[in-house]
Amino acid sequence: MTRPRNPVLLAVSFFTIAMLYLPLFGVAVFSVNSAKYGWVWKEFTLSWYTGLLANSYILDAAWNTLALALVSTLISTVIGTLLAIGISRFPWRRRTESLLDLLLNFPVVIPDIVMAGSLVVVFSLLRALSGLFEAGLATMIIGHATFQIAFVALVVRSRLVAIGTDIEEAARDLFADNWYLMRRVMLPLLLPGILAGAMLAFTLSLDDFVISFFTSGPDSQTLPLYIYSAVRRGVTPQIHALSTLVVLITVILVVLAERLSRK
Amino acid sequence: MAETPILWRGEMTTRRALTGRGLGFLSPGMLWLIGFLVLPSLLFIVLSFAERGVYGEVVWNFSLANYKRLAGFGTFGWTPDYLLILGRSVLVAFVTTSVSILLAYPLTFFIASRPPRSRFMWLIILIIPFWTNIVIRTYAWFFLFSPEFPFARVAAFLGLIEDGTSLYPSAFAVYVGMISDYLPFLALPLYSSVERLDWSLVEAAQDLYASKVRVFMQAILPQTAPGLTVGIILTFVPTMATFVVPDLLGGAKYMLVGNLIQQQFGPSRDWPFGAAISMALMLLTLLSMRIYRRKGASVDIL
Repeated sequence: MTRPRNPVLLAVSFFTIAMLYLPLFGVAVFSVNSAKYGWVWKEFTLSWYTGLLANSYILDAAWNTLALALVSTLISTVIGTLLAIGISRFPWRRRTESLLDLLLNFPVVIPDIVMAGSLVVVFSLLRALSGLFEAGLATMIIGHATFQIAFVALVVRSRLVAIGTDIEEAARDLFADNWYLMRRVMLPLLLPGILAGAMLAFTLSLDDFVISFFTSGPDSQTLPLYIYSAVRRGVTPQIHALSTLVVLITVILVVLAERLSRK
Repeated sequence: MAETPILWRGEMTTRRALTGRGLGFLSPGMLWLIGFLVLPSLLFIVLSFAERGVYGEVVWNFSLANYKRLAGFGTFGWTPDYLLILGRSVLVAFVTTSVSILLAYPLTFFIASRPPRSRFMWLIILIIPFWTNIVIRTYAWFFLFSPEFPFARVAAFLGLIEDGTSLYPSAFAVYVGMISDYLPFLALPLYSSVERLDWSLVEAAQDLYASKVRVFMQAILPQTAPGLTVGIILTFVPTMATFVVPDLLGGAKYMLVGNLIQQQFGPSRDWPFGAAISMALMLLTLLSMRIYRRKGASVDIL
């Protein structure tokens, strides 16, 4: 491949990268600064980080964020994988197939705020039926799983297309029954796709703000919700520390995911 | 009636048995998506024609009142306020997407031209902001734009803002936040196309003395169109609907349709009106994408 060595190209690239990282670095630097306000550097400190551990609101929010991501990922991975197999391994009619396609792509293109608004309305109606739909962790899990299912199904389906049907047919020829085929043939072959889908679902959940914001209850704050509401009360170094921690976790997850997918 | 056996992927079975098993796989996902996505969306359409009761409850009396109100016809005559917000949202989404395209092409070319060993690292640099929570990245700009920081100082020195004030809330802050928040959503899909670019076509165009513009339009753009289209959709749709960025960086000065919807579900508690605004948002988004598709098609023919 030729090497574009255009100085303008270099300048624009570095400007863009600076625009992406400057704010994050700024926050990180001021998260270890003992000065509480303003554009001054006092001395290096980790006290804002240790302060996080003493803040029970933040610990609760961290726990909620993790529980929400784990449970919604588990639900959506199981349902999404079944959905992908159901769509691509059975002789559906054209019409059914395009309808299923539409259903899968719907959550990807619908603006999250519209989905969040419609969930608020539906939960308010369902609340008459069951206390499960009281705004809180359960409604947030339902909201998250709803957009995650489509993403998991799309990822697993592309894996299903990639592995083809030859091995399944061979297994059938060798008298594998349905259960054996699923457990010993499909599952091992699909596992990388299922893991990739689960990882995507997990990150989508950590990344979400809008669905959580609309469906959360008073006792189900997550870290993004906490940061958002804290900004309105004023910027503090503790929020810098918390944000920097979340960014660091994101970096670790991204590097891990990339390493895994390269293998 | 005996079913005729068929052979499906090495399995001797009947169509009915296959359909039954297929539905078994489909039903959990279908039921979930119909229950929490399709039916709620349909209900939302119905809701947009309903009324708000005195206490913020929904009254199921159907009229076009919400849409009339959105178009500006209120109790006190016609005002363009809501239409202005809708128009501004389209403008912000359009400008954000356009600037992101202008910045993403050089960036993706830069990354694609790195040697294979370091390319992985550069790519990670692009992926990390893609996966970092929008609230945190917006908050970071909010922090950098505070009064005592260099950005606000320089702006105050140039007389653009008053001394001692922050750079937000302002249209400028919204644009900076939007572009840096959503640029990775455009750049990453674009990169997947740029990475596979066939450079011999570019060189052929150059050998035939094509101008730089023609090289881009005829040798590069058609090849990168698939990634660009995905990127444009991933950028345009969320920028039309976002409320975090305008809320933190724009305030009441630069309200977008996302804030307007959020207000109806938050403080104002007027769900039917919120649903009507959502319908307008969906319509505008689909319309814009339609126009882009048409323009995109003409680019191919050029």
